[in-house]
Amino acid sequence: MSQKQKTTIEKVNKGLARRYRAEKRFKFMGLSAIVLSLTFLGILFASITYNGYTAFEQSWVQLHVFFDPELFDAKNLLRADYDGLVKKSLRETFPDVKGRSQKRKLYGLVSSGAAYQLQDMVVADSGIIGTSQKVWVPASDDIDMLMKGHIDRTTPESDRLVKDVQLGWIDQLIKEDRLQMRFNRSFFTAGDSREPELAGIRGATTGSFYMLLITLLLSFPIGVAAAVYLEEFAKKNRWTDLIEVNINNLAAVPSIVFGLLGLAVFLNFFGLPRSSPLVGGLVMTLMTLPTIIIASRIALQSVPPSIREAALGVGASKMQTVIHHVLPLAFPGMLTGTIIGMARALGESAPLLMIGMVAFIVDIPGGVTDPATALPVQIYLWADSPERAFMERTSAAIMVLLAFLILMNGTAVLLRNRFERRW
Amino acid sequence: MGLYRPFAELQNMTTSESQLISRDDRQTVGEQFVEDARMTCRDVNVFYGEKQAVQNVSIDIGRHEVLAMIGPSGCGKSTFLRCLNRMNDTIDICRVTGEITLDGNNIYDKNIDIVSLRALIGMVFQKPNPFPKSIYDNIAYGPTIHGLTDSNSELDAIVESSLVKAGLWDEVKDRLDQPGTGLSGGQQQRLCIARAIAVEPEVILMDEPCSALDPIATAKVEELIAELRRQYTIVIVTHNMQQAARVSQRTAYFHLGDLIEVGYTDKLFTTPRHQLTEDYITGRFG
Repeated sequence: MSQKQKTTIEKVNKGLARRYRAEKRFKFMGLSAIVLSLTFLGILFASITYNGYTAFEQSWVQLHVFFDPELFDAKNLLRADYDGLVKKSLRETFPDVKGRSQKRKLYGLVSSGAAYQLQDMVVADSGIIGTSQKVWVPASDDIDMLMKGHIDRTTPESDRLVKDVQLGWIDQLIKEDRLQMRFNRSFFTAGDSREPELAGIRGATTGSFYMLLITLLLSFPIGVAAAVYLEEFAKKNRWTDLIEVNINNLAAVPSIVFGLLGLAVFLNFFGLPRSSPLVGGLVMTLMTLPTIIIASRIALQSVPPSIREAALGVGASKMQTVIHHVLPLAFPGMLTGTIIGMARALGESAPLLMIGMVAFIVDIPGGVTDPATALPVQIYLWADSPERAFMERTSAAIMVLLAFLILMNGTAVLLRNRFERRW
Repeated sequence: MGLYRPFAELQNMTTSESQLISRDDRQTVGEQFVEDARMTCRDVNVFYGEKQAVQNVSIDIGRHEVLAMIGPSGCGKSTFLRCLNRMNDTIDICRVTGEITLDGNNIYDKNIDIVSLRALIGMVFQKPNPFPKSIYDNIAYGPTIHGLTDSNSELDAIVESSLVKAGLWDEVKDRLDQPGTGLSGGQQQRLCIARAIAVEPEVILMDEPCSALDPIATAKVEELIAELRRQYTIVIVTHNMQQAARVSQRTAYFHLGDLIEVGYTDKLFTTPRHQLTEDYITGRFG
């Protein structure tokens, strides 16, 4: 054997370092991909939380209101000048304010919702007429922004939404402990509003809830039935192949196309009410059906054929085999697919734009045919608003939406881990 | 146990015996027909799409006999077995021609209901496949769907007697509510046999019932088969020639979709008539 010729082990050893290097490189690339994606996810969550957490607090101003009996007509409590009451109370708090523009700045301290709050108080209990009450009312959004530090006191007055004289009043109110930060309950209990300090997500979440209810009630039974038929009963031929290809394609169709379909079919042809969760749910059903059918078929396929054979072998009919044995085993998988489909429907906004669930709706929907909007659309609407205070509300609404999505996906994972069966 | 001697003898005999039927002749030889058959099969062909898996098989299955079907992998013995309770109906591309009768009735007749047929012809599969339910429910499922019982106590009795017949009662009587999948492989297979006999079938088909079991569990199942023969007709597919020799009265040898030879088990293993049979049982291929 000459010097040039190498033994097998020498050849192996020669390439070994290179192989290990390649492996290390590959591992490093995989790891960096994960780190990168986690970083961006972290940035996303951090920025949303940073921008949004302040929306869960709100500034409130205490007013001393004298419910002057002369202002009220016992027969028509709703018609009284509540706005005047608020203004009068403010004027009494700061008696040295003179001039129209000064007064307007003074009235700008509290939200326009304060008058409605007083009205509600009187309607609820007319006994307070003639008494003097200390009432906490929401501050206007500019004051709220200042309190949260989003408006910088050091910027020149001309560039500042809150003027110097207002700053003085605010400082006085704070000193008297009549301007406080409190938990923002109305964010969860109120509908949409033009005034950021009065706007809440209740209307949007209710709309989303009704929409998902319709979606779930329709898409789960239809999807499961379709999957069971295709997987267990249909003969495998050209038609079922065609149907399968179409279902897979439908799962990839952009959601806005489903919105257009809903507009053409449900609104224009069937004449269902515009902007209603009913139509939204129908559109979302169309959109999630392919996902649910595909997930359900995979769940059915993962049930081993030996179980079907066992059932058929003791003389169960096809349907008994499916209902007694196959479906219970495939159910967790189907449920997981459905929850993921629902989560997708909850986060979807594009098709809703086409069917009118994008309107400014103050009232909280009371049923599936009432006009409503959905959480993602509410986010879109608020993100579009110019007021600084809507920015934090947008982020807060995103946080709520993300919380729902994480909850749903977490449930899906939990169900899968709990009921998954390995064969 | 008694097989090693005949095998050794065979090896010595092969060279001297020249009257064996040649490999190219695929006509079935031997005792394929019996008097008073429970099931008869005539000219059975099975196709998977274009491919023919079983060709012109004609054989009788007698009452209270164990018929073993042996042959190399892919010879069509399992396919043929699955024709006997129409399990092949579940495969879309599978087509069966010919005539198979149970007690004189053609089971492929349009008037035959497949559910009642499978209640008459039970099946035990290669891999133990208990339902992922309790031991009790595994046995009770068949009688329940067929409405065999009027009361729970009757059902309890069926469950007990089936488990007793399958030799499993003493091992599981205290844990009937536990999942059948938690039993050992051999116990699971006996549970499957108990499940099959719970509906009181006439014929039991067994597709390599011991191939996933260890020797001790196998011995138990074989004992059980011998026991069950008194009441049922049994057709068993096996890869294990010793097993065929131990449990069966007649043995059928399949080769590439042809039924080559059928004979009384002791004769088939000692004096095969066909060259292919001899090649297989002496281990020249398989």
